[in-house]
Amino acid sequence: MANFKYDLFNKMIEEFALNEVKPYAAEVDEKEEFPYYTVEKMAKLGLMGIIVPKQYGGMGGDYKMYIKAVEELAKYCATTSVILSAHESLCVAPIMEYGTEEQKQKYLPKLASGEWLGAFGLTEPNAGTDANNQTTVAVPNENGDYVLNGSKIFITNAGPAHVYFITAVVGRNPKGVECASFIVESDMPGFSVGKKEKKMGIRGSSTCELIFQNCVVPAGNLVGKPGEGFKLAMKALDGGRIGIAAQALGIAEGALRETIAYTKERKQFKRSISAFQNTQFVLADLKTKIEAARGLVEKAVDAKQAKSRDISLYAAMAKLFCAETAMEVTTKAVQLHGGYGYTREYPVERMMRDAKITEIYEGTSEVQRMVISGVILK
Amino acid sequence: MKIAVCIKQVPKTTEIRIDPVTNTLIRDGIPSIINPDDKSALEVALRIKEQTGAEIHVVCMGPGQAEIALREALAMGADEAYLVTDRAFAGSDTLATSTIIADALKYVGFDYIIAGRQAIDGDTAQVGPQIAEHLGIPQITYCADFNYDKQNNVFKVKRQLEDRYQILSVAGPALFTVLSSSITPRYMNVADIIAQDDKELHILTYADLQCNTEHIGLKGSPTKVKSTFTKQYNSDKQLVDTTPEEAARIIAELLKAKHII
Repeated sequence: MANFKYDLFNKMIEEFALNEVKPYAAEVDEKEEFPYYTVEKMAKLGLMGIIVPKQYGGMGGDYKMYIKAVEELAKYCATTSVILSAHESLCVAPIMEYGTEEQKQKYLPKLASGEWLGAFGLTEPNAGTDANNQTTVAVPNENGDYVLNGSKIFITNAGPAHVYFITAVVGRNPKGVECASFIVESDMPGFSVGKKEKKMGIRGSSTCELIFQNCVVPAGNLVGKPGEGFKLAMKALDGGRIGIAAQALGIAEGALRETIAYTKERKQFKRSISAFQNTQFVLADLKTKIEAARGLVEKAVDAKQAKSRDISLYAAMAKLFCAETAMEVTTKAVQLHGGYGYTREYPVERMMRDAKITEIYEGTSEVQRMVISGVILK
Repeated sequence: MKIAVCIKQVPKTTEIRIDPVTNTLIRDGIPSIINPDDKSALEVALRIKEQTGAEIHVVCMGPGQAEIALREALAMGADEAYLVTDRAFAGSDTLATSTIIADALKYVGFDYIIAGRQAIDGDTAQVGPQIAEHLGIPQITYCADFNYDKQNNVFKVKRQLEDRYQILSVAGPALFTVLSSSITPRYMNVADIIAQDDKELHILTYADLQCNTEHIGLKGSPTKVKSTFTKQYNSDKQLVDTTPEEAARIIAELLKAKHII
């Protein structure tokens, strides 16, 4: 069998990101507008269902391609990349991996085609890093369906999304809460989308509160068993963290590329600033860190594709290192741009704001350190 | 309906090196792409496929590395791909090339042939029309727009000429050449990118085509390249530092003096 698919996929996504995403990145940020039109174009090319098997209406691709797509989009527009990452890692993947046959038949084709956008709801006002402190409850009613009450915050894709992979409390034990995972559709009675956050970065991405007021979710929408919800959410986040690592890597690469071009053009003291050793050494360090970060992403992708037990460890290390690299690269990119870098005339200012979230969402850098140390000290 | 599309793999940059001994192109080390006009030809064919269900067969003559260009065509939605390759074809000029491709197209079969207007490495615009001549079919060059008229089974095409355009109704068999400026090719899509790995690339060699050896390769190529060089632009510059109004007056006078305005 021939093996051209990765080369061709890379070529396609590079061209798509350059021609269809880059031109709108500044505007999406400035106007804080969800890029519906771009997501539509991505759906048309099959990007919303890369990892979904063909039998469920997907493309039959793999994690390596999907992660490459997130990275490439993030080089120009972090907003666009997180829309894909939240959809595919946190909603499509857990339904694909843990859903019943019926759930897969019902949800995957429309998620894969992009007709429905997916989202994930775990975080609550008082349950962030302390995710065990959940208060959104799911109580069975007389029909065996579940009635959800409570709220979730900081939910990526909330609003535009139709399908939400939600964690809710179904019981308590001496250690804490027992959770379950549910597929909730936006038109289910009692479900609503609340306040939209005004953010520092990824401003075109829709981040909102979800409100459940006696929201009736059919019994058939329970994913896994009651009590498994927390585990499923953590497994989804393992995959999600590779997506965020790739996003951070893309942001860093984008910022470095802009900075290389700028320092060659910008003249001070009658020389390009790239002729100064300070510039050269900073750029050399940034490039080295970016390539090291790429190595960790590749390792995490390999672990995911091999369904390795090391996935949590490598996903956490990849996300931690890529996020901190993105923050360092973008900060230094702004510094090398000088005063111009601080203006919105140049994209590095946006990239620095966008990079910050990668150290926070889907587990802060501190959470990643907890995961990593937890594994190595076991 | 079966549409054959002719594509060529060309170097990405315009920096073309020539072998000083054979006077042919050296392709090693330069990134390669599908020639832009040919990619638009493929786009035209894929739009016709969407409208009519036509089968799209893509033909490319070149060395083994041209496979990636054909794979890209499959990933855009083409149905079958043929690489026309043989040592015996090496050194062919446009006449010999069109002879070989015409033989390949007879082998592949077609109702219509669509090709790009010209390749960015040679810029001759000869191969498409020569193929039509070898096959004895009508040629419609410089096409900018296509519409299929199902009722009459003809194509309504718009030919873009320098100062006008023509609208023609064309019944097959016929060969069209396409301009890239008016037809933007689609991206490859994920499903076809994955599916192409399972598709066989058809290889057509001298043994398959049985071309007349007198008419192919260096022997069948009457074109002899005498010399090649990069054009130098040594126009006389005249710098005038003045106000915008004065500058406009000076420019207008110069243009008048040269009878440009």
